[in-house]
Amino acid sequence: MKFGVLRFPGSCDEVDALEAARRVGDAELIWHGDRDLGGADAIVVPGGFSYGDYLRAGAIARFAPAMESVIEFARSGGLVLGICNGFQVLCEAHLLPGALLVNANRRFTFRQLDLEVINAQTPFTRACATGERLSIPAKHGWGRYHADDATLASMREHDQVVLRYAAGESFNGSVDDIAGVCNEAGNVFGLMPHPEHAVDRLTGGSADGLKIFESICVAVGAVA
Amino acid sequence: MAANATLPTLADALALGLTEHEYELVCEKQGGSPNVLELAMYSLLWSEHCAYKHSKKLLRTLPTDGPHVVMGPGENAGAVDVGGGLACAFKVESHNHPSAVEPFQGAATGVGGILRDIFAIGARPIAVLDSLRFGEPTGPGGTRSRYLLDGAVAGIGHYGNSIGVPTVGGEVYFEGPYEHNCLVNAMALGLAERDRLVRSAAAGEGNLLVLFGAATGRDGIGGASVLASAELTGEDTATGASGGSGKRPTVQVGDPFEEKKLLECSLELLERGLLVSLQDLGAAGLTSSAAEMASKGEVGIEINVARVPLREGDMEPFEVMVSESQERMLCVVEPDNVDAVLALCEKWEVGGAVIGTVTDGARVRVRAGEELIGDMPVRALVDECPLYDVHPSKPQQPIYAAPPATLAPGAAPRDALLALLSAPNVASRRPLFEQYDAIVQSRTVRRPEQADAAVLALPDGSALAVSIDCNGRRVAADPYRGTVEAVLECAANLACAGAEPLGTTNNLNFGNPEKPHIAWQLTEAVRGLGDACRALEAPIVGGNVSLYNEGATGPIYPTPVVGMVGQMPDARRAGRLAFARAGDEIALAGPFAPSLAASELSKLRGEELPDGLPAVDVDAVRAAQVAVRDAVRAGALSCAHDVAEGGLAVALAECCVVGGLGANVELDASSSTGDPLTALFGEGAGGFVVSGAPAALRELAARVALRPLGTVGGDGLSIRWGPDDALAVALDELAGAHRSLEKLFD
Repeated sequence: MKFGVLRFPGSCDEVDALEAARRVGDAELIWHGDRDLGGADAIVVPGGFSYGDYLRAGAIARFAPAMESVIEFARSGGLVLGICNGFQVLCEAHLLPGALLVNANRRFTFRQLDLEVINAQTPFTRACATGERLSIPAKHGWGRYHADDATLASMREHDQVVLRYAAGESFNGSVDDIAGVCNEAGNVFGLMPHPEHAVDRLTGGSADGLKIFESICVAVGAVA
Repeated sequence: MAANATLPTLADALALGLTEHEYELVCEKQGGSPNVLELAMYSLLWSEHCAYKHSKKLLRTLPTDGPHVVMGPGENAGAVDVGGGLACAFKVESHNHPSAVEPFQGAATGVGGILRDIFAIGARPIAVLDSLRFGEPTGPGGTRSRYLLDGAVAGIGHYGNSIGVPTVGGEVYFEGPYEHNCLVNAMALGLAERDRLVRSAAAGEGNLLVLFGAATGRDGIGGASVLASAELTGEDTATGASGGSGKRPTVQVGDPFEEKKLLECSLELLERGLLVSLQDLGAAGLTSSAAEMASKGEVGIEINVARVPLREGDMEPFEVMVSESQERMLCVVEPDNVDAVLALCEKWEVGGAVIGTVTDGARVRVRAGEELIGDMPVRALVDECPLYDVHPSKPQQPIYAAPPATLAPGAAPRDALLALLSAPNVASRRPLFEQYDAIVQSRTVRRPEQADAAVLALPDGSALAVSIDCNGRRVAADPYRGTVEAVLECAANLACAGAEPLGTTNNLNFGNPEKPHIAWQLTEAVRGLGDACRALEAPIVGGNVSLYNEGATGPIYPTPVVGMVGQMPDARRAGRLAFARAGDEIALAGPFAPSLAASELSKLRGEELPDGLPAVDVDAVRAAQVAVRDAVRAGALSCAHDVAEGGLAVALAECCVVGGLGANVELDASSSTGDPLTALFGEGAGGFVVSGAPAALRELAARVALRPLGTVGGDGLSIRWGPDDALAVALDELAGAHRSLEKLFD
């Protein structure tokens, strides 16, 4: 299978995502100005500070030519993973519900965190078990997940809360400790923590993040 | 020349910071009075910051050669060979004066500047470390110190995080003498293919100069050179969160997004072989970049200011030439490649413009359109600034007041341990380093607080280790030995990670060198730096000098910040500082001879600095470092932690708190000169807390003096030093004390 990893001016974690994806499949970078997704089976919108995060995190990237193709790809059922800034971009593009606000502690914070898998049925988490804990680093200044009550109720009804921060682990003040959500169809997934940084115990604090990439492989049928 | 322009006078030259003698020399080099533009350019290039005129003679005594050195001082950054065809570029630089005026932007642009130095030689930046000094965070000046701390840390994080370079380590000290002159030093490392490193020398008559990156504005005009080359007065420095400032307009403003694009664009230009040479724009902007490129290449350069893209249309030519607008690079390009260079600039959405040419005459010429408005010999500008001898004299009276006492003289050892663990110089740096992305680029093997040095994996399975250190109070007590200790401390940190030193960088932060007692500190410190680096075979490959860090309240502690890069063969064997296994034996390794002189405990007790530190046996310390390093590399030790501020008891407590494991320790009374406080809290070079299986420690004992201390386990730290003398503290209480900095960031 082939991952396409977007690269915006200001992306920081796109090479990390590329290398993580290459542990389970092929992967190529996609320049923000290109509309051609190169036949990718799944798209990763990576972390960083696309376009300097000016105006609002993710607000400019969402209009990039490559994102127009990603939106089309997602609407036709393609798998899209947004990590950190990528999650913000997907929310700005209305591919995911809710929004990311400034952290409750009002500071950029980097910490290795425990996450709890709430929904292990998605194409992004099927290599995990429900209730399983994943140790994955988070690093962001604007990661407080917010959605209004009606949206939250609908999300719960459709099992769209995929990951939560384990009890006492969240520093950003997200509603319901939500760390990662998917769309109603389940083919678009965004999370603030960085699974691409937890693919090797040597540098990642754990290799738990690899399960997200392995899940995607399974979902596109590249792995039995 | 602008024939009708009024020529500046001696008074103008003095106002720009030149001396009367220097102005006369400029007139002589120019064959007459310089015009405004020429005088502005001379005043900047002949400033302390650019010309190193009070330090250059001393710096020439430092060791700069070694088997690993690929690029030494004089280029944008130094570099060492790390095997596998790769070189590691690294350098430390200060941004002290801007940070004292506006800490967020001062620190942010400090990071931006050091990163440009790294990618200017063709290396991709892979890590940042910082070395910070502020006044005491509590007490009378505390509000301002916390404001500076908060702003500087946020600024470093803002820039490093946004540009995708991990901040992997650093250090911070809080001492009264830094209250009015904070220090913000930033160090960066980069990786490049060894045979693709670029130099900055301009070459090839007829080649074109392309300026790319941000547009040029009025920000930071005369910033580094004016700010960094004179003492700050009270009016200049920020006075608190609302602090107004007379010098604020000379502080540059950073844009990490612009620099991120500039970084990627520069590396792609080099990758495609489109550049002859490359140089970043830092202090004194185009003036120093162009003149230095010409000087190194022994060519001339001609610049047309009318072609420089401006933020403000009405800028004077001299403003264009001296602007310190951030995020700009200057490169030399063969005419055939110009279109490709400008196309790549367009791809990365950075501005690019041809602004001049390389010429055969050894002159820097500035034009505004057709009109020649400045014409100076390259050598006069860059190489012929007069160098000064300093006149050192050891002060007869103490320079620094005793710190206020915060611990009662008769405090029990248990109370002293808790006071030390919560002291601002010792407590956990977590509230600072958690504001930095330490892992982007997926190379960070040891994050802050996991080991004494940061560890970064290399593609061949080996790893770099890097440390930055300097205890200014100890240097103030003894500039020679204190500096030797700073170098040894860096090497000890590398040893605990399992790494052997490859090279060193340094930032000499001192007061006014024209004063004999400061000249003495500087001279002694440089002597110590040279001796220690020679002994460790860790040559100096680059560095920076920041002088005039003093004001009405006196000078800073002399602070020769040392940054050291080392390597280990196997990243998977990188050492850790925390206890890891209950039941492991604990020992103190090395020729450690603790003393309370200039220790953290003596500071808490409010004691004056001593006149001198105990002698250090550098060879014995080095031998201990080699033994510990080898044991770490062999995977024999579960923990290795260098004994530093707060002495052995604090080192043990740190191993406990970080590892979440207790320890039972017994100190041999006969080895501690009879004084338990010295044994518990005394400081000095050459001590390591190590833990491991009994057999591993026996093996280490064959190579280095080893004193068994006890075993890992339990839920607290207990230390016994006599039949009826002991202290015991639960892990929770130790951890609580160690977290004391958190409240500074509430």
